[in-house]
Amino acid sequence: MQTLQTPTDAKSRLADPFLRIEGVSKVYATPEGPYPVLDDISLTVNEGEFVCLIGHSGCGKSTLLDMVSGFKKPTEGTVWLQSQPIREPGPDRMVVFQNYALLPWLTAYDNVYLAVDAVSPKLKKRDKAAIVNEHLALVGLTEAAHKKPKELSGGMKQRVSIARALALRPKVLILDEPFGALDPITREELQEELLKIWADHKVTVLMITHDIDEALFLGDRLVMMTNGPSAKIGEVLDLPFERPRERTRLMEQPEYYDLRNHAMEFLFQLHAHEED
Amino acid sequence: MTAPVNIKGNRSKFDPQKLLEMTWSKVRELLPPAIAILIFLVVWQLFTNSPDSNLPSPIRVVEDTWELIIDPFFDHGGIDKGLFWQIWTSLQRVALGFSLAAIIGIGLGILIGTNKMMYSALDPIFQVLRTVPPLAWLPISLAGFQQANPSAIFVIFITAIWPIIINTTEGVLQIPQDYNNVSRVLRLDRKTYFFKILFPSTVPYIFTGLKIGIGLSWLAIIAAEMLIGGVGIGFFIWDSWNSSRVSDIILAVIYVGIVGLLLDKFITFLGSLVVAEDKSS
Repeated sequence: MQTLQTPTDAKSRLADPFLRIEGVSKVYATPEGPYPVLDDISLTVNEGEFVCLIGHSGCGKSTLLDMVSGFKKPTEGTVWLQSQPIREPGPDRMVVFQNYALLPWLTAYDNVYLAVDAVSPKLKKRDKAAIVNEHLALVGLTEAAHKKPKELSGGMKQRVSIARALALRPKVLILDEPFGALDPITREELQEELLKIWADHKVTVLMITHDIDEALFLGDRLVMMTNGPSAKIGEVLDLPFERPRERTRLMEQPEYYDLRNHAMEFLFQLHAHEED
Repeated sequence: MTAPVNIKGNRSKFDPQKLLEMTWSKVRELLPPAIAILIFLVVWQLFTNSPDSNLPSPIRVVEDTWELIIDPFFDHGGIDKGLFWQIWTSLQRVALGFSLAAIIGIGLGILIGTNKMMYSALDPIFQVLRTVPPLAWLPISLAGFQQANPSAIFVIFITAIWPIIINTTEGVLQIPQDYNNVSRVLRLDRKTYFFKILFPSTVPYIFTGLKIGIGLSWLAIIAAEMLIGGVGIGFFIWDSWNSSRVSDIILAVIYVGIVGLLLDKFITFLGSLVVAEDKSS
């Protein structure tokens, strides 16, 4: 399982880390002149690591992940995945979108099948079907496989979206506030499922969240960003809780509250929103 | 998977009480429009009652046109045909012109919607052309085709195509960014993108265009037929005017209205078959 390396440790051990965000800046051109969103961001992520990003809205977290997924290009700097520069979106960096992004005219099964078929067109139909069924089962959706998105609850839609992403065996799984729109109970359920899947699949995860407890429960590291414009990485917290994690036991540890308070202080005092 | 449903248990037995209720609710639904029509007919009758009225009263209309009403299928050769054949001929022209407009309009709409260059080149031209009244095309059409029937069909085509193009284009432009992102991250090929994302997402807009288009077609064919002559409900109206058969005109106008409504319902029905699913997820 995951060990707790600091980025410097990782760098010294591996000549070329798995995912490397190197001096990335992003400037948007606006009618009022250039608007710098991100300023000189560098971050190294190891293979199989679960990294959470937190920061106030508008700090460019999504922009940063969009440059890992390839939907946006950095103004300066490069994102490298296994020594290859990222230039465009691709199924090796599969995204679980904020609002699920399921195609409403396709069933849950067909939504996942479309992705598997697009990425592995040469597989036999039977094998593709097996992959789809396996991943729908993984997120507990076998029963609802032939329902259309509008017949599914928010949590179920997000499960389909996660199944679709995992069915492609991505190198990196990118989640942009995946559970933000869900009710607390469903959110906790899905967090636990995601953790289980992550442990089984050994996939590298980058996840944006607004919820410090969610980040502490899921992540190996918590990347905290300063406010924009020109947002930077303010601090990176190691989350040294042993795995597998259990929510109640995790919360009993004194360290948990130290880290939680530290993160709260960072977000609400050092980098409080100007409006707050 | 849907579990097998016990249909027998759900099948209702014959229940006179229920039947009565259903009939009653249907009657209540139809009662207000029936009363409205009745009032309209009475007012019409009152205004046209005097013998020197220019327009016939509703009772006169029925008396005068009784033969046309009871036998819509006669065919005495030439243009002397029953109203069914008149409307049928007009409908054939609309069907041909409208189908062409649908095929070419949807194709062009998708091309323009997916191609920024095409959009900026063609959209301004379409915005101008779509405001041209249908009949203004007829002389150009006659000059080009030198024949009445193709000219009428062309007028239908050119009338119906603009709303179809414009709505299809709008539909393509309105494809949610999420769906395009899915397509990009999966690197869908053009064919898959077209059939799995672009087309299903655009279909509701296409049907809006088709509905406006069929309405305009029906408006245009009546006017065009008045000018080109021959068989067709439009020229039937004009011919009746020339022979002072005002009652025939009124009957024909009622038929035109009903057929127009049915055409609209037909496209709505087609649309409901294709767009069965909700667009929102």
